[in-house]
Amino acid sequence: MNTYLLKRLFLLVPLLLGVTLLTFTLTKALPGDPVLSMVGERAQPEVIEKIRKELGTDKNVFSQYLGYVGLMLKGEFGRSYYTNRKVFDDILLKFPNTLKLALGAMIIAIPVGLFLGFISAYKKDTITDRVISSLSVTGLSLPVFWSGLLLMLFFSLKLKLFPPSGTGDIRFLILPSITLSLPAIATLTRVTRTTLIEIYDMPFVATARAKGITELKINFIHVFKNAFIPLVTVIGLDFGSYLNGAVLTETIFGWDGIGRFTMEGIIKRDYPVIMGCIIVGTIIFVLINLLVDVIYHYLDPRVRLHENSR
Amino acid sequence: MRIAGKISIAILILISLLSLFAPFVSGYNPDKINLDSLKEPPSFEHPFGTDNKGRDIFSRVLYGGRISISVALTAAFFSMGIGLVVGLFSGYFGGKIDTAIMALVDLILSFPTLLLAIGVSIIFPPGIYTVMIAIAAVGWASFARLIRGYILTLREAPFVEAARALGCSDMRILFVYLMPQCIPLSLVMMGLKLGGYILTEASLSFLGLGAQPPTATWGSMISANRAYISSALWMVLFPGLMIAVTALCFNTLGDTLRDRYGLHFH
Repeated sequence: MNTYLLKRLFLLVPLLLGVTLLTFTLTKALPGDPVLSMVGERAQPEVIEKIRKELGTDKNVFSQYLGYVGLMLKGEFGRSYYTNRKVFDDILLKFPNTLKLALGAMIIAIPVGLFLGFISAYKKDTITDRVISSLSVTGLSLPVFWSGLLLMLFFSLKLKLFPPSGTGDIRFLILPSITLSLPAIATLTRVTRTTLIEIYDMPFVATARAKGITELKINFIHVFKNAFIPLVTVIGLDFGSYLNGAVLTETIFGWDGIGRFTMEGIIKRDYPVIMGCIIVGTIIFVLINLLVDVIYHYLDPRVRLHENSR
Repeated sequence: MRIAGKISIAILILISLLSLFAPFVSGYNPDKINLDSLKEPPSFEHPFGTDNKGRDIFSRVLYGGRISISVALTAAFFSMGIGLVVGLFSGYFGGKIDTAIMALVDLILSFPTLLLAIGVSIIFPPGIYTVMIAIAAVGWASFARLIRGYILTLREAPFVEAARALGCSDMRILFVYLMPQCIPLSLVMMGLKLGGYILTEASLSFLGLGAQPPTATWGSMISANRAYISSALWMVLFPGLMIAVTALCFNTLGDTLRDRYGLHFH
């Protein structure tokens, strides 16, 4: 078990190397002095000198890269060109808001997606199934920045039920959460449907039916137990993508999280901000994937056996 | 579902033709500012209304469709082309090259797509080519993985053995015997991916990383007009509707193709 965890943790190394290499290449590719682009034009000369030394701009590219990674490990992602604040501090400040939004979207998406997927699979090939399937394809095709605007127009500007934008209590959170949950509901519905249909075809379901077990028991005890694991995986992976998909949703609703921070960075060409957000976003995404893998491992004895026998 | 697939193709052809022949369909110059017709609601003259600079939304949507659809298609072709070649080599030769390539593929697939695309697109100046590169730089990986897996099952097939026995070179086996076998699978995959590419293009344009003003794309129109949503809904409604309908048709087409050919992707 522990060797498995170690193996998975070890795989993080090339990933993190990959993302830092990407952003490092970006810093090199950008016009101007990479050190200035990290600390900002307005930094004190001593700071510039210190970073220059740590980064080793006078040395070769490889040791420059090592210096760059070293700075990252210390949480030094550079400073914003505009506010001159440390990018990492701002990210830490805004992360809880993004987390709230992602959790909000999850609370909506999980029950709705599971329910719709279950109905669709149970009533396979009926009109209900077709309607739900069409709805879920539509959900996958909606651009969130558009559906978000329409929701805002209808519920905030016309019905005045929620504030149109801003960061704050739960009233501010509801619309962006719904917006973010729409594609997630669509994905979860589709995956639930396919998973359940596969399980309904398995012999043990036929056996259970032949034994005269009630449909309720078959679904909740026999089928759901088997569907649980793949669904946990999808939900976990989705959670990682909510944290990142938030770029568009947060921008629309003026929700002060990492996504909007990224967007502002893009508009102002504030490169340290963009790169800090990309690195942190990727790390979070990868860590969640890892967590899902480990949970999967604990939940499913088959996976565990398979891993151990190798 | 068959009918849904056919309807999707029909709508896609209609949208493409309208965009292609935009100058003949709409009498307005999409970028021409007209101060006499600011924010006019949809009417017979302007079916989708006009924007805050008096430009005809209908023609901007059609001209924008040229960009959005061709960017998504080009990115899809490049993704498919690169993925096909990489997958062929990786699967056929195996060994260390294969391990290295698949590690790279896993690396790319474990990045959050939109963030990676944003990363790629800030290296280059904003524009349609940047968006194509950003999409293809991420997109080829899923094609490569699919094709590699397929080649692994074909590598020892009798017709490949026969070609080898006849003394065909590896290149000939790869490109004359194996590649044609992969085309249908790649096309189905492309059908499944195109809807997503339309959305990524729209998202990158919305973020200001695509074609620059005054050129219209569906995503940038929504971004530029979103302040007017309560006073002039049509300025945002129609571009978004075009994105949603196009993506929906591509997604439905992709699903239909997948079901038709009984393929399963993981």
